[in-house]
Amino acid sequence: MRRLRLLLVYVRASALGELAYRANFFFQILQSAVELATAVAALSVVFAYTDTLGGWTPDEVLALVGVFFLVGGAIRVVIEPSMEQLIESVHDGTLDFTLTKPEDAQFLSSIQRADIWKLTDVALGAAVLALALVRMGTRIGAGQVLGFCGTLAAGGVIVYSFWLILATLAFWFVRVGNILVVFQSMYEAGRWPVNIYPRWLRFGLTFIVPVAFATTVPARALAGGLSPAALAGACALALVLLVLSRLFWRAGLRHYAGASA
Amino acid sequence: MRDFAAIYLQQFRTTFASFVQYRASILIWMIWHILEPLVYLVVWSAVAASGGGNVQGFTARDFSAYFIVLMLVNHVTYTWIIYEYEYRVRHGSLSMALLRPLHPIHADVIDNVSSKLITLPMMLLAAGTLGVMFRPAFHTTAPSALLFLPAIVLAFSLRFILEWTLALAAFWTTRVSAVNQAYYVAALFLSGQMAPLALFPPAIRDTAAALPFRWMISFPVELLLGRLSPAEAWEGLGAQAVWLVAALVLMRAVWRSGVRRYSAVGA
Repeated sequence: MRRLRLLLVYVRASALGELAYRANFFFQILQSAVELATAVAALSVVFAYTDTLGGWTPDEVLALVGVFFLVGGAIRVVIEPSMEQLIESVHDGTLDFTLTKPEDAQFLSSIQRADIWKLTDVALGAAVLALALVRMGTRIGAGQVLGFCGTLAAGGVIVYSFWLILATLAFWFVRVGNILVVFQSMYEAGRWPVNIYPRWLRFGLTFIVPVAFATTVPARALAGGLSPAALAGACALALVLLVLSRLFWRAGLRHYAGASA
Repeated sequence: MRDFAAIYLQQFRTTFASFVQYRASILIWMIWHILEPLVYLVVWSAVAASGGGNVQGFTARDFSAYFIVLMLVNHVTYTWIIYEYEYRVRHGSLSMALLRPLHPIHADVIDNVSSKLITLPMMLLAAGTLGVMFRPAFHTTAPSALLFLPAIVLAFSLRFILEWTLALAAFWTTRVSAVNQAYYVAALFLSGQMAPLALFPPAIRDTAAALPFRWMISFPVELLLGRLSPAEAWEGLGAQAVWLVAALVLMRAVWRSGVRRYSAVGA
């Protein structure tokens, strides 16, 4: 409960800072809309020549694009800015201030900055997802909704843990800002169903840079094509990565010398 | 002319040496250049496989060849100048460049070429690896391979000057990222990065041919793959040359009025 309150306080602080630049909101809406229109146009070019892509119908891929924007937006609202800030603060030593606060430093570091305008991606993604579901016309059962929420939560945890592991590398290598580009560019591949990719790339997108769990898996769950075993597997992986990222964080912190602050 | 060459050589030595220090970051940025064409390669191969093995004259192996060559052409011709200029104008670091007795575009050309000397061997290796995996089909002929050389040089020059001119938008607006996005989206479809232009409706194909986008990327690709007749190849080289001259004229005009607006904030 305390953590939730803290989260709201931090988000409010970021929001107040951003509200001074209200024009940014309209530009962000415009940019998100253009990006979405581009994605949909690309789909329409592809589906002008085929009815299914790797076994996915056009509406299922549209739902996937919705999930892709939704999750991508969520990452860009809080995970990405906070992790960039974390790397920066390890580099210039300002992490000291976070460490002196009477709350878990990993938690504080993970929510320290929010880019609220990126919520437009979340909203647009949700809208596209809803549109795709309406177009599919099938009734979505409680099982599918549950599977979708479960895999989405697991995907979120997996992505967060992965980012945290990457960011904690800063404790050892200091200059790792560029490594985040690896995730950002791999994430782009997640706007298409991962099962169309050759095996090595599918493996990479599933287990090395876990993009598939954030996009393809929830979209599949919603279309009802996910076995309970796969759902359990996603949750198990989320748990393992969460623990692993915590261990990384603790080992990294022991290595932190608080240079120059 | 001799002095000019000496300046180029010296600047090149310094820039190259500093880029070698940052090689890890430069190599990380390459991932995007490999992955984007690879994604479309896979998507279109899947489409070709489900559509009876052929999409508008492209088989899966034709798509492989198209996107592997596209990957190289895109990499050779790309610039990051639009991001860079926003920073220069905002932080006032452009002032330094203005003091030098040489047009600032020369330093940018050298920057661009230096970084590519580091990445190109890796890109060729990536292209070779993808070539083994996806078994591309080439219909290259000797004349088309020969004409590819001037085509790629013209494509690089055209794209460089055009993006450099576009980057000057930073003199007038702080919303350069919006300008960049609009340009990126147009280029994605009109320069053949998302799909070969032959797959688009005629209206879009004609638009692409009337604008510079096609001549910056997809024309050299189609030329090397042997998909163009000799007449089309020469027409294309002509279009590239005309656009290059137009871009140079535009650049001069925009640069002159832009520099007049520049007030070196914060420097």
